[in-house]
Amino acid sequence: MAHHADATTPFYALMAEFDSADALLSAATAVGKAGFTKTDAYSPFPIHGLAEAIGFHEKKVAPIVLAGGVLGMLGGYGLEYWTQVIAYPMNIGGRPYHSWVSFIPPAFETTILFGAFSAVIGMLALNGLPQPYHPVFNHERFSRASQDSFFLAIEAADPKFDPIGTRQFLAGLGAREVVEVAH
Amino acid sequence: MSAAQHPPREVDAVIAPGHTPRSLVDKLTSIVLTKNTPLAWFPIVGIAFMLLMGLIVALTYLLAKGIGIWGNNVPVGWAFDIINFVWWIGIGHAGTLISAILLLFKQDWRTSINRFAEAMTLFAVACAALFPLVHTGRPWLAIYWLFPYPNTMTLWPNFRSPLIWDVFAVSTYGTVSLLFWSIGLIPDLATFRDKAQHPFLKRLFGMLAMGWRGSARHWARYEKAYLLLAGLSTPLVLSVHTVVSFDFAVSVLPGWHATIFPPYFVAGAIYAGFAMVLTLAIPIRVMFKLQDFITMRHIENMAKVTLVTGLVVVYGYLCEAFFGWYSSNEYERFMLKNRIYFGPYAWSYWILLLCNFLVPQLLWMKKMRRNIAVVFTVCMFVNVGMWLERFVIIVTSLHRDFLPSSWEMYYPTVWDFMTLAGTIGLFTTLMFLFVRVLPMIAIFEMQTLLPQSRTKAKEEGGAH
Repeated sequence: MAHHADATTPFYALMAEFDSADALLSAATAVGKAGFTKTDAYSPFPIHGLAEAIGFHEKKVAPIVLAGGVLGMLGGYGLEYWTQVIAYPMNIGGRPYHSWVSFIPPAFETTILFGAFSAVIGMLALNGLPQPYHPVFNHERFSRASQDSFFLAIEAADPKFDPIGTRQFLAGLGAREVVEVAH
Repeated sequence: MSAAQHPPREVDAVIAPGHTPRSLVDKLTSIVLTKNTPLAWFPIVGIAFMLLMGLIVALTYLLAKGIGIWGNNVPVGWAFDIINFVWWIGIGHAGTLISAILLLFKQDWRTSINRFAEAMTLFAVACAALFPLVHTGRPWLAIYWLFPYPNTMTLWPNFRSPLIWDVFAVSTYGTVSLLFWSIGLIPDLATFRDKAQHPFLKRLFGMLAMGWRGSARHWARYEKAYLLLAGLSTPLVLSVHTVVSFDFAVSVLPGWHATIFPPYFVAGAIYAGFAMVLTLAIPIRVMFKLQDFITMRHIENMAKVTLVTGLVVVYGYLCEAFFGWYSSNEYERFMLKNRIYFGPYAWSYWILLLCNFLVPQLLWMKKMRRNIAVVFTVCMFVNVGMWLERFVIIVTSLHRDFLPSSWEMYYPTVWDFMTLAGTIGLFTTLMFLFVRVLPMIAIFEMQTLLPQSRTKAKEEGGAH
């Protein structure tokens, strides 16, 4: 989503503002059904079904966390095996070098640790955060999107976008106002 | 069907009625974005800060002189340092329980207290982690046997030791708690960025919010990541106190070597933690006028969890006593008798039973659970009781060694007390600074509880 370089459109998007989560969800559903693809919805809190309404299905976070957890488990256990059996074998009370029962707690902890890091870093990376600039903040009332207002954006770069038709379409969905937002 | 037989119970709302998204955001941001600090905040932080200064003095002297300034000596080689460590780490457990386990069980009342309890976890873990670090005397020389890193001596830690498991458990716990807490803060920091008037604050919160804009795609990934973190934290929190209990249970000392230790320690941790959440929440809700968000429902529910986990802890005491007797082992039976009636520390066991067993039984009564003064007093007893529990476990098991010739009493020194009081100061200072400068109630999560936030699709149950 490199908006700066996208000079082919005169502005970034048309943004419609709604008063309630319900209004936003039904408008987003209508926009999705109308076949727009470069859209996004903004709300102060998560709304179930909203991402699906604009055609987004989240499938990547869980596999990333699984991969991180498995890596943590193998890494933790591998470290224990290598240090206790190969690098620095020591006889502690006659226990075997490969004391796999004793190796479980640290390997468990590294599983959780790597899983948690991959959840946080994976989520932020997929979301493209931290992101110092985004055109939606050019909307004068966008500061309300984190408080009590709801926004729906259709990008000018959307193949089905039409400056007049799309504006009328959005206004017809019960938006309180529809605004052009600069790049 | 059952509704006809039992009229619905009267339950206090999680948020007092009449709140709109606007009033909720305004109230919760105004606590931070104001120049007016409640007057009661200053004496509390003032006293806590003095105790914290005492901690710095005590630790400086400790690093200069060595751990000989403390009262522990053979046979009581572990004393205040480990008692305080276990006490603090246990207190932290309630935060993760509230934020992770209650999330998975869809307990919506957790929402008003989870952020606050998570912060409590972080600060409690910080206090706890201090003790194992400084009890080595020269922490900078201890790193190579605590953490696995390639060093010039080519030495590696011994992974068969519960003390190393402990290092892994506690450091993972601290890190994951920090991650959980900070990603929970991101959307609220964006609200602060948009609400703040002062350009510096706008910029500061803007940087901390990392450009969060509440996009539907972001929320979808955010919620998934948050849920998975809760799923990871749940076994983690259970593992931490289990591993802490292994420090004792894996040894061969009578009074420590008991299989009941892991569940009994985990229950004790949750017990101590809920008591501490209540101890902090009760004054803070009054100080910042949060009665609309931390309602009697929260107080009552937390009191119930305290009561139940307290009973599990008492079951642990019974099991310990039973094991000692049933083992028919001379040393086990001696330890037990010494601990309970003829030992010089028997008084601590009876005060422990008073604090952890007798007093919390008041919470069986609804009237008592709804009386703030009673709940606060009971929690104070529990805070003391849980500290005494670790004192009983550690000191009474150690002071009568296998050979009577090595029997010795344990007397803590002024430095021991200064360090304990100092960590209470550190904890309180951090907690009260946190509630003043960051959102102590998760604003966006509270919004989802408002009736205005529900969508029709969700009410019909068809949105998923």
